[in-house]
Amino acid sequence: MTKVRIPPTLRNEVGGERELIGEGDTVREVLQDLSGRYPALEAQLFDGGDLAAFVNVYVGGEDVRTLDGLETRLNGSSVILLPAMAGGC
Amino acid sequence: MATYRELLAQVKREIDEVGAAEARERVGEAIFVDVREREEWEEGIVPGAVHIPRGNLESRIEGLVPDRSREIVLYCSGGSRSAFAAKALQELGYENVTSLTGGFTDWKRNGFPIETPRSLSPDQRRRYSRHLLIPEVGEAGQERLLGGRVLLIGAGGLGSPASLYLAAAGVGTLGIVDADVVDDSNLQRQIVHSTETIGEAKVLSAKRTIEALNPDVEVKTYEERLTSENVERIFGEGWDVIVDGADNFPTRYLVNDASVWHGIPVVHGSIYRFEGQVTVFNPGEGPCYRCLFPTPPPPELAPSCAEGGVLGVLPGIVGSLQANEALKLVLGIGDSLQGRLLLLDALGTTIDEVAVQRDPACPVCGEHPTITEYVDYVEFCQGVRG
Repeated sequence: MTKVRIPPTLRNEVGGERELIGEGDTVREVLQDLSGRYPALEAQLFDGGDLAAFVNVYVGGEDVRTLDGLETRLNGSSVILLPAMAGGC
Repeated sequence: MATYRELLAQVKREIDEVGAAEARERVGEAIFVDVREREEWEEGIVPGAVHIPRGNLESRIEGLVPDRSREIVLYCSGGSRSAFAAKALQELGYENVTSLTGGFTDWKRNGFPIETPRSLSPDQRRRYSRHLLIPEVGEAGQERLLGGRVLLIGAGGLGSPASLYLAAAGVGTLGIVDADVVDDSNLQRQIVHSTETIGEAKVLSAKRTIEALNPDVEVKTYEERLTSENVERIFGEGWDVIVDGADNFPTRYLVNDASVWHGIPVVHGSIYRFEGQVTVFNPGEGPCYRCLFPTPPPPELAPSCAEGGVLGVLPGIVGSLQANEALKLVLGIGDSLQGRLLLLDALGTTIDEVAVQRDPACPVCGEHPTITEYVDYVEFCQGVRG
């Protein structure tokens, strides 16, 4: 059971939720679990079988690109999804 | 009861003294503390000396010299006040304290180098008194701020609080880049503007507010949108720090590339609805914006505040954090947000932090850069997902 923080720009895809609980041992499994329940989310997170380039995923405060990518094991850590935000307005 | 002369003689027996020639050898090694009064200090000092008037010595020394084993050379005009000062520091547990015999008068007579400290005016000492009391800032730090140059990209939500706090702090030169005019929908959060300046160029509205707040600050206005064509001219004017409060991705990537090539640190802030992000990109030292976000999101994932809204106070919080980072960078103190992205959620009132690492494959700041000149940033930001 993994907590996944949903950024404001992806909340429309998950019915407005700020945080979801996903099942799985790796980032890929958890995100696929969420994508199964929220198909609109899948279209934003994945590009083919890979993570979309503009979405950053953090496990235990570290960017999964510096860990094992989608295969990063969670071991109880929560997940933060984070696309860039432009606004300074 | 001892006379002054007897007391001085007794104190001198209990402390270590050093002559001018020997003290000169310690410049750069020991910390020189000038215990004279302000008027004496302003006329000339031992190069690099710090100033603590004798009356404030005991209360201020721990802030300036926390390490009690540090070598300290105290001096006054003739060597008497510094002798009593040395005795006081011994009693406070300082282990390596000497008093300069003959004082600054003898130092000058020997023809040793002196410098004239830049000093704050009486008005400035009052205005910045709360900074002067902080050991990490003090008079030297305030001088640095007054000589500091910070460029703000955007005079909007983030630029408003950032520019106001930097101005209030006495950052001597603020540049502001913004092409917009003040709109009434800005005033829910853009506190550098006012109802009276609706319709006026934002850079001029901001300049007026800032100069009314602090006449020490010179505001340089750039009433234009930052582009590949003007960025060299604007960045080339020499800035210590850039505060990025832009409202669109093309400008974010342009600011990044230009700052990497100019070697200027960027304090990044961005906001949307209740959430904010803050970090510092320091070229050559830490990651850049492209290391963090190599690819801009597609437009549907990157709504602006104009489309999605923003809580009015959020830019106040994020812009103030940016001002804090900028002030530390100018002062050269503390730990910056370099390598750390702060995630602020105003709705839950939480602050999280994630690590940002330098990407060796970064196309701009990596080991083998593939982007070495300005690109079409609008096209670059639209190019994602066709």
